[in-house]
Amino acid sequence: MRGPNIVVCVKQVPDSAQIRVHPVTGTIMRQGVPAVLNPYDLFALEEALRIKDRLGGRIVALCMGPPQAEAALRKALSLGVDDAVLVSDRAFAGSDTLATSFALANAIRRLSEEKPIDLVFTGKQTIDGDTGQVGPGVAKRLGMHLLSYVCRIPILDMDSGTIVAHRWTERGVQVLTSRLPCLITVLEGTSQGRFASLPEMIRAARQPIRVWDRKAAGIEDLTKIGLKGSPTVVGKVFAPSRRSERAECIEWEPDHPETAVALLWEKVLARQPEWA
Amino acid sequence: RKPTFDPRLAEYRGVWVFVERDLSGVHPVSWELLGAARRLADQLGSEVGAVVAGVPEEALDVDSREAIAYGADVVYQVGHPVLAGYRNEPYSKLLCELVKRHKPEILLLGATSLGRDLASSVATTLETGLTADCTELAIDRESRALAATRPTFGGNLLCTILTLNYRPQMATVRPRVLPSPAKVRDRSGQIRKEEIELHEEEIVTKIAQFLPHVGDQVDLALSEVIVAGGKGLQKAANFALLEDLALALGGEVGATRAAVQAGWIDPQRQIGQTGKTVRPKLYIAAGISGAIQHRVGMESSDLIVAINTDPNAPIFEVAHYGIVGDAVALLPLLTRAVRGRILPEKATPSGLCASP
Ligand SMILES: Cc1cc2nc3c(=O)[nH]c(=O)nc-3n(C[C@H](O)[C@H](O)[C@H](O)COP(=O)(O)OP(=O)(O)OC[C@H]3O[C@@H](n4cnc5c(N)ncnc54)[C@H](O)[C@@H]3O)c2cc1C
Ligand SMILES: Cc1cc2nc3c(=O)[nH]c(=O)nc-3n(C[C@H](O)[C@H](O)[C@H](O)COP(=O)(O)OP(=O)(O)OC[C@H]3O[C@@H](n4cnc5c(N)ncnc54)[C@H](O)[C@@H]3O)c2cc1C
Repeated sequence: MRGPNIVVCVKQVPDSAQIRVHPVTGTIMRQGVPAVLNPYDLFALEEALRIKDRLGGRIVALCMGPPQAEAALRKALSLGVDDAVLVSDRAFAGSDTLATSFALANAIRRLSEEKPIDLVFTGKQTIDGDTGQVGPGVAKRLGMHLLSYVCRIPILDMDSGTIVAHRWTERGVQVLTSRLPCLITVLEGTSQGRFASLPEMIRAARQPIRVWDRKAAGIEDLTKIGLKGSPTVVGKVFAPSRRSERAECIEWEPDHPETAVALLWEKVLARQPEWA
Repeated sequence: RKPTFDPRLAEYRGVWVFVERDLSGVHPVSWELLGAARRLADQLGSEVGAVVAGVPEEALDVDSREAIAYGADVVYQVGHPVLAGYRNEPYSKLLCELVKRHKPEILLLGATSLGRDLASSVATTLETGLTADCTELAIDRESRALAATRPTFGGNLLCTILTLNYRPQMATVRPRVLPSPAKVRDRSGQIRKEEIELHEEEIVTKIAQFLPHVGDQVDLALSEVIVAGGKGLQKAANFALLEDLALALGGEVGATRAAVQAGWIDPQRQIGQTGKTVRPKLYIAAGISGAIQHRVGMESSDLIVAINTDPNAPIFEVAHYGIVGDAVALLPLLTRAVRGRILPEKATPSGLCASP
């Protein structure tokens, strides 16, 4: 039995925990904010690595982004991915999810010319664009079956090309059977991620990363990428308006907290007359 | 940016909502969307369309009539046995075909696991723009385009996104951020049965089983009263104080991410940017600082009460009433006051059980 040939899509994002908004201008202060591998993508990587631990095969990490996004791919390599491709070209600047899925789908098609792809993994969403639209978009463009919000893959049978996946929904879990090749978006919290060992980190630092420009990724049509290929246009960015008045604070004496509590309920009932 | 309007786009008219249905009925976000669609269509001088799809049975007609009561002018109804349970392939096929047939200008879906999955596939097939997880919808007067606003950078900023030269303009909207419209029983509207060719043999993905969530599965998004706690409650055991009050009020317990990460409560109950968005009639925040990522999930609640030892805690900027004090000491008093019928029995919101 052959092991699966897997692509994991990973994105480099600004570490949102460290993003601050300028208190006066209300603009984002990006300076000095470190870039990280999108945290949700770690779950996609871990799922792929577990499959490789079990069945063998090969994993390629794929990222579209500026040259410095190479760091995200090094991180993926240090965790045990075999190969890494960075799709990078100025022509991609300003891509929305439709243009991004076009570029990634083309790169995956290129990869499948080297060796047919059985599975594509993506994260559930990113922490910057935060749309969750790229995975389903790539699946549609490649004509792959889409299994989104997957929390478990109990069966992957390479001989018959069948997969059983648990898909999370708000009310319960759908147990889905499907066929390879398919694209899976992985739910967060599905597994405890692994840590890179020192030798792996050294190997990852030395391993060459393939960098593809638009042509190398097989993209001829310039109207499908970058701003031209992006139907959505960001109109304005603004700070949310906050309620102007502060809470009415109920004064109370430490000896008689019940009075404050009674007063509070009175006020609540005054605001919700249908309860009274 | 100067919006140019391609005349071919004028063929597209009408504001559509995909009505999300499952075994337990219609997801309330669909009605919230119909309310928004009604407003947008009135502004544009066009109609509201609702797509209602599923297995052919009585419920399909019932839900179609409900869609009209909530504001739809035309219901595009698709009944087919393969539509039992959501699967991407048949649902995206039917929605794409209906759009090609009737050319709506705007297409809205709920930002749920189903809606996001379906919307992304449909937008890609139709090669149009899709704005994710919106909290506000309006019409841009200059371009007549849908102006879809969504929080970014953890709610610190909002951005408004337009789709200018592509149709339909698509958006997914978070449940519970838009108000639910009033239901008008005798509203008139038209139900059109649409034929879509679907064949089970052609659908590769099968639903082998559905495992309903068990245990602590609450739909906080639909709770009318939420008593939420944060790091200020000091320890896991104090969350029992929240439960007591929630039970007395017939409500549910919510929490901040900090409390979830401390392991004090189930992650299902996290409220905020990376948790649930809620819109209860009453939200009580105990020992919660009011970080922006928490506020985005609860600030549209009707009435917010905060208890915090720090008078400068940001939660007091969104709360209507506050008590500066120790929540651990005050929560039992609040519960006792409710149990002692200071809050009369019928004061608990309808449909939720009050404590004995
Ligand atoms: C604040 C903000 C709001 C935006 N809103 C919208 C919007 O509403 N609609 C819209 O169409 N675009 C929007 N965009 C643009 C969008 O973020 C970009 O198109 C981006 O390239 C991918 O989308 P995402 O970050 O939302 O990814 P998601 O769709 O959330 O990502 C899902 C998964 O796809 C994979 N993936 C995503 N991007 C890459 C990549 N570059 N390389 C490799 N794998 C990747 C990862 O596995 C990731 O986990 C927005 C951008 C910003 C900054
Ligand atoms: C990307 C990202 C996503 C996030 N998503 C979410 C999310 O979805 N939901 C969420 O909640 N957070 C989220 N957070 C975390 C958020 O930034 C805050 O850290 C978190 O909300 C703080 O929780 P807290 O108020 O319980 O704790 P703290 O901020 O530690 O506040 C505790 C409060 O309790 C008060 N206090 C102390 N003792 C008492 C007492 N005895 N009685 C009364 N008050 C007392 C203190 O004065 C303080 O105000 C996210 C953060 C990031 C970076």
